[in-house]
Amino acid sequence: MNHRILERNVILLAVAILLTVAIGGLVQLVPLYTMEVTIEEVEGVRPYTPLELAGRNIYVREGCYLCHSQQIRPFRDEVERYGHYSLAAESMYDHPFQWGSKRTGPDLARVGGKYSNEWHVAHLIAPRSLVPETVMPAYPFLAEKELKFDDAADHLRTLRMVGVPYTDEQIENALDDIANQANGEEFDPDALLERYPKAVIGDFDGDPERVTEMDALVAYLQMLGTLVDFTAVQPEQLYR
Amino acid sequence: MADRDTDALTGIETTGHEWDGIKELNNPLPRWWLYLFYATIIWSIGYFIVYPAWPTLSTYSKGVIGYSSRAELDRHMEEVKASRSAWLERFEAASVDDIVGDTELLQYAMAGGRTIFADNCAPCHGAGGAGAKEYPILADDDWIWGGTPEAIYTTLLYGIRSGHDDALESEMLRFGEDEILEPAQIEAVADYVLSLSGNGAASEEGQEIFLEQCVACHGEDGTGVADFGGPNLTDGIWLYGGSREAVISQINAPRHGVMPAWIDRLDDVSIKQVSVYVHALGGGE
Repeated sequence: MNHRILERNVILLAVAILLTVAIGGLVQLVPLYTMEVTIEEVEGVRPYTPLELAGRNIYVREGCYLCHSQQIRPFRDEVERYGHYSLAAESMYDHPFQWGSKRTGPDLARVGGKYSNEWHVAHLIAPRSLVPETVMPAYPFLAEKELKFDDAADHLRTLRMVGVPYTDEQIENALDDIANQANGEEFDPDALLERYPKAVIGDFDGDPERVTEMDALVAYLQMLGTLVDFTAVQPEQLYR
Repeated sequence: MADRDTDALTGIETTGHEWDGIKELNNPLPRWWLYLFYATIIWSIGYFIVYPAWPTLSTYSKGVIGYSSRAELDRHMEEVKASRSAWLERFEAASVDDIVGDTELLQYAMAGGRTIFADNCAPCHGAGGAGAKEYPILADDDWIWGGTPEAIYTTLLYGIRSGHDDALESEMLRFGEDEILEPAQIEAVADYVLSLSGNGAASEEGQEIFLEQCVACHGEDGTGVADFGGPNLTDGIWLYGGSREAVISQINAPRHGVMPAWIDRLDDVSIKQVSVYVHALGGGE
C-alpha cells in the first residue's frame, strides 16, 4: 500500500491505528471473557458483606495496596509463608482487584483469622506499639471516625451492574447487615450468615456504641482468604 | 515512488525524504540483526507449540509438554517434602514431650520453630517472645494456660477464645459493670490482689472478697489455675497493667485477649516445632 495516502490523511491514519491496536487488544482480552478456565470452579467464594465492602473501600481509599499485595504466587517461598496460592476465583468479585507483587508490607491475601481483632485495631492505631521494626504509617483516625454507610445499598447495586451477583434480598438488607455485623446484639445472625456464609460477626473495634471505619476495615481484613476450603479441592482441578 | 534518488557521495539510495536539503540514506538493516530477528520468530513458533500459548474461545492451547506453573509448584513441594521426609516422619510420630527429650529432634525443631514463630507469632508476642502490653510474654515462666510442651501445643492448636470448637475458654465476670461487687469492694479486692505481689497492704475485707469470688480461677493463694486459664496474681507480671487503676479496671470490666487457632493454618509438624521453640524460650515448665 502506498504510504503516502496514509501518512498524508490524518483521519485515515487514526482509523488505521485504531484498527491495528483493536486487533491486538481483542485477541488478548476477548478470550478472557469467554474462556471457561480463567476462573477456577471452587466452592465458597461469595460477594462481600456490606460491612466488608465498606472496609474494602477504606482499604482502597487509604492506599493499602501500595504496600500490601493480595496475591500469593505459586512459588515455594510464598506458599510456605502465606498459605495456598491465590486463585482467580478468590478475587472474581473484586472491583478493582488488589493483586500485585510490590510488597513493602506482607501479602494480605490470607490474613483473615491470622491475628485477633484487638491486634488489628491496636496495630492500625499504632503499628510500632506491637511491631517495633515496622515502617507502616499509623491510622488512629479510623477508630474515631464513624462509618458513613447510608449509601451501602447503592454500592451493592453498582457492583451488581458490573456482574457481582448481589441478590435483591442482600441489597434490601444492606443497612441492617452493616450495623448487625459490626455491633449487633439483638439480631438473628443466621439470616446474615445465610446471605453471606462464613461472615465474621463481632464488635471489631471494641466500641459497641458505634460503627466506625475501623470496624469495617478489620471486618474486611478478617475475611481475606478464608472463603475457599482448600481441603475440599483437588489440586489437579486448579492446574492451569 | 517514481523518482529514485541516490546519494552522490556514497552511492546509496536515499529514502526520498528531504528536510532543508538534508536527505536520509536508506541503509539496509545489519545482516546479523536481521537474522537474529528471524531466529526469534522461529523460536517463538517452537515456544507456542511446547508451552501453553494461544487462547481459543473457550480454553487455550495446552502445549505439548502440558506445562502448568501450579503443577510445577506441587511437584516442587512434593520434592521438598520427600527431602524432609525422614525428619517429618519422626516428628509426626513423636509427641511434643518426646521432641523435648530428643536432642537431635529438639535442635531441628528449634531451627524450624524460630522461623515459624517469626512470621506467625512475633506480631503479637514480640521477637523472641518478649511480649507486649496485652500480649503475654513467652520468654518468662508465667503461663496463663500452662507452660508444659503439651499445654503450649494445645493452646497453639485450638487458640484461646478463637471461635474454634476446642478453643481454650475463660471469662472473668464483670464484677463492676454487672454490679456483682460494690465499687468500694472492688477497690478493696484490688488492693488485696496487689498485695499478693508485695505491693501495698490489704484489708481483711479485700481478702474475704477474694476468697469468696476469685479463688476458683486464681487459686486460694492467688497463684493461678492453668486448667481454667486463671492467671497467677502473685508474680508481679500483668497482662493489662499492674497499676491500681489497671487492676480495678480489669475487675470492673475485664478485657479478654484472643489467640487464633493454628490447626487449620499450620501443619501439625510446624505446630509441634513452634511449641517446642516457645517452651524453650525461657520458662517452659
